[in-house]
Amino acid sequence: MFKLPKIKAPWYNRKVSDMGDSGAKEYPVIWLQTASCTGCSVSLLNVINPSIKNLLVDEVVPGHHINLRFHPTVMAGAGEPAIEFMVDTSQKKKGGYILVVEGAVPTAKNGIHGVVGEKDGKPMTMLSWVESLATDAMAVIALGSCAAFGGIPAAYPNPTACRSVGEVLQAKGIKTPLVNIPGCPPHPDWFVGTVASIMLTGLPSPEDIDELGRPKAFFGQTIHENCQRRAYYDENKFAKKFGDPGCNYELGCRGPITHADCPVRLWNDKTNWCVGCGATCIGCTEPGFFDIAPLYEKLSASALPEEV
Amino acid sequence: MGKIVIDPVSRIEGHLKVEAVVDDGEVKEVNSAGMLFRGLELILRGRDPRDAQRITQRVCGVCPTSHSTAATLNLDSAFGIDDKIPDNGRIIRNLILGAAHIADHILHFYHLVALDYVDVARLATYGGNNPALNSIKSFIERGELGPFVPRYEGDYRLPDEVNEQAIAHYVTAFDMRRRGQEMLSVFGGKMPHNMGIIPGGVASVPTVDNMTSFLWRLKELQEFIDNVYLPDVMAVAGVYSDYLEIGHGCGNLLAYGSYELDGKEADLTKRGRIFNAGTVATDLKFVEFDPNKITEEVKYSWYANSISGKHPSHGEVVPDEDKQGAYSWLKSPRYNGMVYEVGPLARIMVNYVAGNPKVTGLVDSALAQANLNPSAMFSVMGRNLARALETKIVADSMVDWILQLKPGEPAYISYEIPDESMGMGLVGAARGALGHWIEIKEGKIANYQIITPSTWNISPKDDKDTPGPMEQAILGTKIKDEANPFEIVRIVRSFDPCLACSVHLLTPKGRDLGEFKVC
Repeated sequence: MFKLPKIKAPWYNRKVSDMGDSGAKEYPVIWLQTASCTGCSVSLLNVINPSIKNLLVDEVVPGHHINLRFHPTVMAGAGEPAIEFMVDTSQKKKGGYILVVEGAVPTAKNGIHGVVGEKDGKPMTMLSWVESLATDAMAVIALGSCAAFGGIPAAYPNPTACRSVGEVLQAKGIKTPLVNIPGCPPHPDWFVGTVASIMLTGLPSPEDIDELGRPKAFFGQTIHENCQRRAYYDENKFAKKFGDPGCNYELGCRGPITHADCPVRLWNDKTNWCVGCGATCIGCTEPGFFDIAPLYEKLSASALPEEV
Repeated sequence: MGKIVIDPVSRIEGHLKVEAVVDDGEVKEVNSAGMLFRGLELILRGRDPRDAQRITQRVCGVCPTSHSTAATLNLDSAFGIDDKIPDNGRIIRNLILGAAHIADHILHFYHLVALDYVDVARLATYGGNNPALNSIKSFIERGELGPFVPRYEGDYRLPDEVNEQAIAHYVTAFDMRRRGQEMLSVFGGKMPHNMGIIPGGVASVPTVDNMTSFLWRLKELQEFIDNVYLPDVMAVAGVYSDYLEIGHGCGNLLAYGSYELDGKEADLTKRGRIFNAGTVATDLKFVEFDPNKITEEVKYSWYANSISGKHPSHGEVVPDEDKQGAYSWLKSPRYNGMVYEVGPLARIMVNYVAGNPKVTGLVDSALAQANLNPSAMFSVMGRNLARALETKIVADSMVDWILQLKPGEPAYISYEIPDESMGMGLVGAARGALGHWIEIKEGKIANYQIITPSTWNISPKDDKDTPGPMEQAILGTKIKDEANPFEIVRIVRSFDPCLACSVHLLTPKGRDLGEFKVC
């Protein structure tokens, strides 16, 4: 069922300073929603420091601003003027804007299952927007597991042939730097931290990124390594049903194979996280997380990495 | 005669296009189309039934909690445990759903709707000392106005003082909706896509510190709802009072009911709930609800006519991309063969005419304060007001529910997955009546059907050629300025459409709107 997308990323050694616009203080952002559920956007609204208001109207780090030129859920405008503004941004700020893609990209029948707006009176597929806007972007952020790895709409049998943004770029030979920030949804800190890092120090270097295109700063360790229930696992105490004390491994927890810092970062103003509320980790930052096995089935021993 | 095309319609969930034919300043024809298909019902087939609860949340990141609730009720009933959920589990589910409703309704009014009425650009000349407003003024002075422009121009009527206050509240509301999601995560683990609600109950056992933490977050939100949200809705409705008539709609309202007060009644339609199920029309008479009367019609949808009129428990998806005259991939859900609008307005009005004491007093006092008749609720502002009133009723009820929890006692019951079974889960989602139906064969999902609130509201014409609820609300509307069709987007957003939920498929023929070729 499940096939791991291989992502080769030779472009990560590029810095903003190498790209002819080192003095950028205003970072136009085009935020495209493709085959998505808007959950990544809603998650970003939950950001704390900076607040969403800081992000939208103030600054991300001193002197560095985001200019959100297009965002379907937030922007005032609609229809043709909004599309024109987006296209205008991509032309006037060539090489200077960040493209955020939220969602997988439907590619069956040339992408006809997903359409956003019109250009020259013709309907534009999400696929064509991603291709054209990514080409001239300074960097592309594939936000959420759908954009990064295909996610839910690409789950078996993938009815619309959804692809990750990386796969779409690769198929077209588009070399624009790409950062994958998976998660269903991604933690808002992962997005803001990545953007702030680009503003302060440039695009990530190869050593900052894992083989799936994820920043190691957030995805460098497994859930299992930092889990609050880890001690139970080491003592072989396993919960037999929800609500029991013990490690949730036998209830289907994917902590051992999932890379993210949730147990230490926590969610929603550090209120809680998945295992904290008694549930399992469902592995949402990993490729194909709905196709690895039924979510409530214990992971097979062969699925576990050696060091666990 | 002119055609207005709004694509994309922003500040909604999902990908919506609206086309309206305007003649002599009035909408003569209208067509709404969803622009994305993901096929989640197809993805569900053959999987472990329990996974439906996790997967269907991903139908919508704005209202995942509603889907997790509907899916769980559906699975509980299919597993034969719907009358065995421990009270702690039932109550925590209510608290999680309630927190989602509060956050969602605040988001809707301030961040999705308000920019149609509030003029952010006017802050360029702001002379006061509110730090939030001054930071927006400096933002405007920087010359970078996204995401507040471009926008439609020409009908921002709020007096300066009200306008400034509303913008300040737009900023505060970001924090408040966030607080709502944080409150939810106390029991739900995280948001979006909560992890707490599962078949059999919830994942954790309540503790006193969780209950206390939840309670005090709720109190902060109650203050905002009572002192900011409700007054703002009333103020906007007062200034834009023509929108108490615009967008009347089909006049038939349907509610499934929500918030379980009775864990021992297996029949969903008989179970005690805070908002009861029922229907009401403009005659304001309460009628009992019967889930067997729900059908989906497809005359104007790209599905084979042979599947038209089926109940969702036996629903089918048989695409017919070449079907003549079809113009949408949404089916047309109908109740008793008629068009029904769903949503907070339906929940409030059904329970108002049923004499639900949680609802009648509050609605009466709001109507009296604005000097309105109940009929004014059938409008753009009526929908926005109903949403705010519902938020207050839910928030106030939640205080009692927290105190009913029994710390340390179970909130989950184990179960077996049957080889063969059917299930149904009905809930009042933030946007209205949400239904999930499942058929299990050989222990796996054989069929899974979802009818979302926006499928009801944004549905195309049915087998009798009657337009869907939102289409009816737009038809006949007077458009003052075709270049700035405020009326249409205000009507659309009053329904709080959620398109990721609704849309099955789009084909190239989705652009060919049949008889609708007027330019």
